[in-house]
Amino acid sequence: MTARSVRSLSGALKPLFSNRCPGVYGAASCNQRQKSTYTTIPPPARYGGRHTVTLIPGDGIGPELGNHVRELFRFCCVPVDFEVVNVDSSVASEDDINNAIMAIRRNGVALKGNIETNHNLPPSYKSRNNLLRTTLDLYANVMHCQSLPGVRTRHRNIDIMIIRENTEGEYSSLEHENVPGVVECLKIITKTKSLRIADYAFRTARAKGRRRVTAVHKANIMKLGDGLFLECCKEVASGYPEITFDSMIVDNTTMQLVSRPQQFDLMVMPNLYGNVVSNVCAGLVGGPGLVPGANYGEDYAVFETGTRNTGKSIANRNTANPTAMLLASCLLLDHLKLHAYASMIRRAILSTVSETRLHTADLGGQGSTSEVVQSIMNAVQSTGPQTLSI
Amino acid sequence: FSVLSFLSSLLLITYKMPLLQPPPAKYGGRHTVTLIPGDGIGPELLNHVREVFRFSCVPVDFEVVHVNSAVETEDDINNAITAIRRNGVALKGNIETKHTMAPSVKSRNNLLRTSLDLYANVMHCQSLPGVQTRHKNIDIMIIRENTEGEYSSLEHESVSGVVESLKIITRNNSLRIADYAFKLAREKGRRRVTAVHKANIMKLGDGLFLQCCREVASGYPDITFDSMIVDNTTMQLVSKPQQFDVMVMPNLYGNVVSNVCAGLVGGPGLVPGANYGHVYAVFETATRNTGKSIANRNIANPTAMLLASCMMLDHLKLYDHASSIRNAILNTMNETRLHTADIGGQGTTSEVVQTIMRFIQSKGQLTSEY
Repeated sequence: MTARSVRSLSGALKPLFSNRCPGVYGAASCNQRQKSTYTTIPPPARYGGRHTVTLIPGDGIGPELGNHVRELFRFCCVPVDFEVVNVDSSVASEDDINNAIMAIRRNGVALKGNIETNHNLPPSYKSRNNLLRTTLDLYANVMHCQSLPGVRTRHRNIDIMIIRENTEGEYSSLEHENVPGVVECLKIITKTKSLRIADYAFRTARAKGRRRVTAVHKANIMKLGDGLFLECCKEVASGYPEITFDSMIVDNTTMQLVSRPQQFDLMVMPNLYGNVVSNVCAGLVGGPGLVPGANYGEDYAVFETGTRNTGKSIANRNTANPTAMLLASCLLLDHLKLHAYASMIRRAILSTVSETRLHTADLGGQGSTSEVVQSIMNAVQSTGPQTLSI
Repeated sequence: FSVLSFLSSLLLITYKMPLLQPPPAKYGGRHTVTLIPGDGIGPELLNHVREVFRFSCVPVDFEVVHVNSAVETEDDINNAITAIRRNGVALKGNIETKHTMAPSVKSRNNLLRTSLDLYANVMHCQSLPGVQTRHKNIDIMIIRENTEGEYSSLEHESVSGVVESLKIITRNNSLRIADYAFKLAREKGRRRVTAVHKANIMKLGDGLFLQCCREVASGYPDITFDSMIVDNTTMQLVSKPQQFDVMVMPNLYGNVVSNVCAGLVGGPGLVPGANYGHVYAVFETATRNTGKSIANRNIANPTAMLLASCMMLDHLKLYDHASSIRNAILNTMNETRLHTADIGGQGTTSEVVQTIMRFIQSKGQLTSEY
């Protein structure tokens, strides 16, 4: 679901694009918001019928889960090749992450594990994940929290989509210490980005048939900042009369989430509140091992686990829950328009999650990662499509 | 040099003993407490507090100061602040902040907190026996920095369409709140203090906060100190809240975490909150809801406000009155048929208050007639 803008006049004249945005021949003065290309995304590039996807293993449980994804894809004969780019989080130079960014620009799509940000390193060392998101302008983080049938939780029937602004807000990494002992952190809210994320949220709501969009904010205290965000959401909402729009203050939202989460449908919010709310929702549906997340930009898409945990304490012990990463890889397949493979793998994952004896430690069971992956592969094989031998 | 050292030692003395406040003033044996009704359900709940106090013969007189949230001038809130400076203690309802008014109209609650330097917001979330919740055995104390952080109200729009909000973290305030947290933990016999932060992203800001907490922690070897990132904290809170003991954090995370905990123990109608400074103390409901939609309908839950008034009585060292009212409230909570709408029942506010008063009377203490 990325939006593409027509960048060059010659590109605009090509027959493939000519019926998209008739007013774009003056491409230099084209206002980005007038593009009508929202639902028509150019097909992902294929060479010999196979896609190339960047894979960033990351730290902690990232590498082992990335390996399981590759194993599963190879087993199901998915036409995807992974280009692995390692990012070392302990060195101060930004070469590694720049290589990764270049690889993603080349391939257009990536699957990543979380890269650790050691907060004992000096403050000049920026978070690698944040650098990646801002450089590639992956402005929308989408997380779909759904109660899974096989997982027992305190709340049932949760179905919330969270759309979080991914590039500005509190995560601008702009801090300074003018006077020793006094630190100022800047939280930046801009009109263009707020309009963009609100637009994305409403388009997604319309595309998925959602009835209600809730904006989460703290505009009673941060009147200018969150006030601007709220205003932009209201502006965009006026263009979608069939969707109800309301707003809620973040503290009330979190309280409602723990008492009655079924009232929420789709939520849109700035960066920090998005972080907190998405973690609360992940906790409500069963934990960080179950929910996948996607980061979308105009041109690129990066998929990862929803709550971006490194999982250092459970790394390499075969106890991590592979569900989140595997569901993220299904989102990736949907993005590449390999819908048949995506639904096949997703069905297999959901049937495996229903089996309580295979639950990993985070869901309260004693299964191991490899057992879960084997079971998924068995489920895929039993449905009949072409697979390699186990 | 001696004058400087004397002055600095005075500063050190006032800094080192935040929990040792001078005894509250009594005139004729009665305390005077400022009462700010606020908006929404504030006025009716505070009337109930006054009713219960009059019934139990509590030696407290209320000085009522109204604050009108619809006007732009700050005279009302300044009057309230002067009254609190005079009396030292206050009980307040939440004052509404309309975000449709001009941005120059600052939040009245925030103004009050910062002018009186009420730097610590303390909230004690406990599972109440009579209230059915999804999680049981929760006992978390949340200490939230109340004056700086994201609530500095410092914002500007240098370029049109681009707003910068400043989040201020200072070493002094962070040391102060960490000190308060550890002192309170020691006093209440708590074993573990968790600092909640986002220092992987806000390295200087939350990094400074975390550093101050660690510094203070080194002076309390009997208490375990650890830290947790705010997103992980909220996720752990909804899955396993029993692991937390005392939590200390900057302003915004405190807001979110305290609301999550309030939701876990049964909702905004049950938890009282207190704002402490060096000299003043203001008590209110913990989640600071105005409750406009349920105002004047006799369905609001008076528990939070009444428990806040008990905390105020403890602060005024009127422990007997505090425990008698608190016992009455907890006994009333056990009766499910009296639960108000927010905890799933159909009782009215006045029924709950009547039952509380009957409990107090049945214990045999001196009460005025009905």
